[in-house]
Amino acid sequence: MSNPQQLRYSKEHEWLSAAEDGVSTVGITEHAANALGDVVYVQLPEVGDTVSAGETCGELESTKSVSDLYSPVTGEVVEANQAVVDDPSLVNTAPFEGGWLFKVRVAEEPKDLLSADEYTEFAG
Amino acid sequence: MGRIVLALTMPLGALSMSNAPSSTSPRRTALDALHRSLGATMTDFAGWDMPLRYGSERDEHNAVRTKAGLFDLSHMGEITVTGPQAAALLDHALVGNIGGVGVGRARYTMICQADGGILDDLIVYRLADAEYMVVANAGNAQIVLDALTERAAGFDAQVRDDRDAYALIAVQGPESPGILKSLTDADLDGLKYYAGLPGTVAGVPALIARTGYTGEDGFELFVEPQHAEKLWQAITEAGAPAGLIPCGLSCRDTLRLEAGMPLYGHELTTSLTPFDAGLGRVVKFEKDGDFVGRAALADAKERAESSPPRKLVGLIAEGRRVPRAGMSVVADGQVIGEVTSGAPSPTLGKPIAMAYVDAAHAAPGTAGVGVDIRGAHEPYEVVALPFYKRQK
Repeated sequence: MSNPQQLRYSKEHEWLSAAEDGVSTVGITEHAANALGDVVYVQLPEVGDTVSAGETCGELESTKSVSDLYSPVTGEVVEANQAVVDDPSLVNTAPFEGGWLFKVRVAEEPKDLLSADEYTEFAG
Repeated sequence: MGRIVLALTMPLGALSMSNAPSSTSPRRTALDALHRSLGATMTDFAGWDMPLRYGSERDEHNAVRTKAGLFDLSHMGEITVTGPQAAALLDHALVGNIGGVGVGRARYTMICQADGGILDDLIVYRLADAEYMVVANAGNAQIVLDALTERAAGFDAQVRDDRDAYALIAVQGPESPGILKSLTDADLDGLKYYAGLPGTVAGVPALIARTGYTGEDGFELFVEPQHAEKLWQAITEAGAPAGLIPCGLSCRDTLRLEAGMPLYGHELTTSLTPFDAGLGRVVKFEKDGDFVGRAALADAKERAESSPPRKLVGLIAEGRRVPRAGMSVVADGQVIGEVTSGAPSPTLGKPIAMAYVDAAHAAPGTAGVGVDIRGAHEPYEVVALPFYKRQK
């Protein structure tokens, strides 16, 4: 698997796109999706919610597990991906594309986000 | 999405057995290298390093329901009982009528404590007039072996630990008879459900049993470990055109759950009798002689009929959050039961669970029942088990 170069990554296995007009997209990595197995339920933050870097903002359930979703940045949620709520398998089939989770107007970014190469190294 | 493995709120909970994991490193089956070459996600299960899934567990589940799946079940514990009084010993040690099992047939049964508590559920194969193979759950194999050995005192019978003598490969699903027929001359059409016969499959000597734990037609093949890889490869090749794929323990768990089959450590424990578990039919009071647990089980039968404390029911979610073992079943804000197994059901497309609930709320269709999923009371429908029954 390859982690897209244009994204940055958290150690909690989320990816973050470069901001456009101050808004970034958040998802989980392919490595994380593979580790979870078939995702069957996604709970996302709601539009207008404030999320904080490193804090939980939702959950993902797979056949055998439940995992908290952590926000990689601090900001206000401006969109949640209804398609992935309706069809959670998108997280497995297209984690970096159609399986994105939410968009956030970034207020503050932690300094320790990883580059694609650093994340690849980190995830092993 | 933190701590992928460590953060799992319930790491592989539905698969864990009741017994504490051993402190030593997990054992590996004869097919271990093959699983790794197939890219399997492995998991520690009852002290064994076993394939959890190879790809999508949903795809593996659906393959078994509609085509065929191939499983490594070598963790299961085989115990051979031989001798002139083998049948008498097993009639004494187990709750079933084992002497009444014909040669070449198998029986689902249980071994209980003197107080009626379930030590394990078992399949017993009668291989010859004076030879039986008892197959125990991996996590209980030592307990069953010890109990049988102890209970054999005074009987002219021998109890032998054959756990290392067999690898166990299962082919399950509607296409499995056709696949296996292409690899054996054995009379599979004459092999009934819960029967077993010695034969040769893909050139490998095997005990061919028509048993399984998936709710589908299928076979379990007991072979010498040295032959396991050859047999696995032959079945993989023969089955590929029919859609057979390798399947892990994750889908085995959802398959048995849909079929309403109990899993030891979940629906069955030492604090429950077969009657508490709704499986009183396995206790054969009419057989000759005393057996371990008889008196306590007679009381348990009476209690289950007159004033059952809780009953095992099925639950189907109205929402999408998944119930897990240990979660509370609630009604009117009160705890009325506990989930023993839960998973998203690929066949129903909804989360399902088995749960013990108070008798007052156990009738199918009972309104107002929910499961407490991390603080939220999610609505659930009470149904009779099983969730899925194959069309024959």
